[in-house]
Amino acid sequence: MNNAKGKTAVIDYGAGNLHSVMCALRRAGADAFVAESPSELCDCGGIILPGVGAFGYAMRSLRDSGFDIAIKGAAKRGVPLLGICLGMQILFSESEESPGEEGLNILPGKVTLLKAEGLKTPHMGWTDIFDCGGRLLQGVNSGEFMYFVHSFGVHSEGCRAAAAQYGEIFDAAAERGNVFATQFHPEKSGESGAKILRNFMRICEEENA
Amino acid sequence: MTAKRIIPCLDVKDGRVVKGVNFVNLTDAGNPACVAEAYQKAGADEIVFLDITASVRGAETVAHTVSAVAERLSIPLSVGGGIRTESDATAILRAGADKVSVNTAAIRDPSLINRLADKFGRQCVVVAIDAKKQGERYRVYSQGGRREEELDALEWAKEAEMRGAGEILLTSIDRDGTNKGYECELTRAVSASAKIPVIVSGGAGNMSHFAQAFTFAQADAALAASVFHYHKIDIGELKKYLRDNGVCVRI
Repeated sequence: MNNAKGKTAVIDYGAGNLHSVMCALRRAGADAFVAESPSELCDCGGIILPGVGAFGYAMRSLRDSGFDIAIKGAAKRGVPLLGICLGMQILFSESEESPGEEGLNILPGKVTLLKAEGLKTPHMGWTDIFDCGGRLLQGVNSGEFMYFVHSFGVHSEGCRAAAAQYGEIFDAAAERGNVFATQFHPEKSGESGAKILRNFMRICEEENA
Repeated sequence: MTAKRIIPCLDVKDGRVVKGVNFVNLTDAGNPACVAEAYQKAGADEIVFLDITASVRGAETVAHTVSAVAERLSIPLSVGGGIRTESDATAILRAGADKVSVNTAAIRDPSLINRLADKFGRQCVVVAIDAKKQGERYRVYSQGGRREEELDALEWAKEAEMRGAGEILLTSIDRDGTNKGYECELTRAVSASAKIPVIVSGGAGNMSHFAQAFTFAQADAALAASVFHYHKIDIGELKKYLRDNGVCVRI
């Protein structure tokens, strides 16, 4: 853990496969490592919170391991944080997926079941994003397609960085200060997603310079 | 809009791509990682990797190849062939696949679908169905099309979805290898009844076959092998053609 300094920590809380995220980060030129305990976040240069599965299960795993406090602490110190997919949703306070289960409460807004009547769920596949803004999506244009796999959608308060539509319109990306999030999987979104990961790495470098 | 997907399929045996792939500028046309990467560059939306040795050699040995392919891909990878148990699926997913597809094993023990969906989430579970027309109905075949089952394809697709399948990969045995076009009637029927995406497979010969699959048959994705391998169709041109014909694709 003492060689974590300045590196990007990918949080492993047992919520599935980190292989694709790690491969994509390597391709983006990142010096990333898998963090299995909260102490490894002490002097890391950036944090990626991946996630597949359910909101409640993910939060319980983060709490049981103590990662929840470490992530909140790092975010408060301004360490760049990127939540991906479920990792985005748990940055908010709660989700309809797991009522009564408290999220990390780092970003304001709510997570609700996608209102996509007549459409197949989960929302799975390549969907275009629009109204792109912010630092994370720099160089990404409205109309670029990203790879989504989710049943619940984020409606943030004032930190939407991109939108997408599947039935309803929801936040495809959110950003506030050094906290970033994407509902889609940048690691699975071809060159468009790779751009986003490179942006995140650049932000980490700038913040740690 | 959610784009219709174009999916090249690689048949892999003993870690090598079979059914010859004719790529120019490819250092090793038998290397699955090189071929998958070339398709990704050409605009593929996903790669399906079908291991045709897996049934004999066990899924763990395939994991090595999957890992080499996943290392190079920034689009989803789906792996099928010989996945019989949860531990087979675990090995493949750990190696970097995003989805596993099951066929014969799910027919023998349909609860496998439930268990895989519970463990990995339904988005990871593809149920592959090989169907052959018999009169007005479509019969399910297992073991790579060699064995006839007492199952109706439409009914089996419904059951697979109910048990937790996240996608149906529907192959027409009658059309496979003919280049005469996809089996659109069955695909349309399955698509209409399913609330999960349907990937149509078997029979693609020209670009209009893809358009028919997406419009008339309402497929969410179309899989093909030989038309891509032998350069009969370029994925980039195919997508432009589809876009010009009103199909939403990722370009």
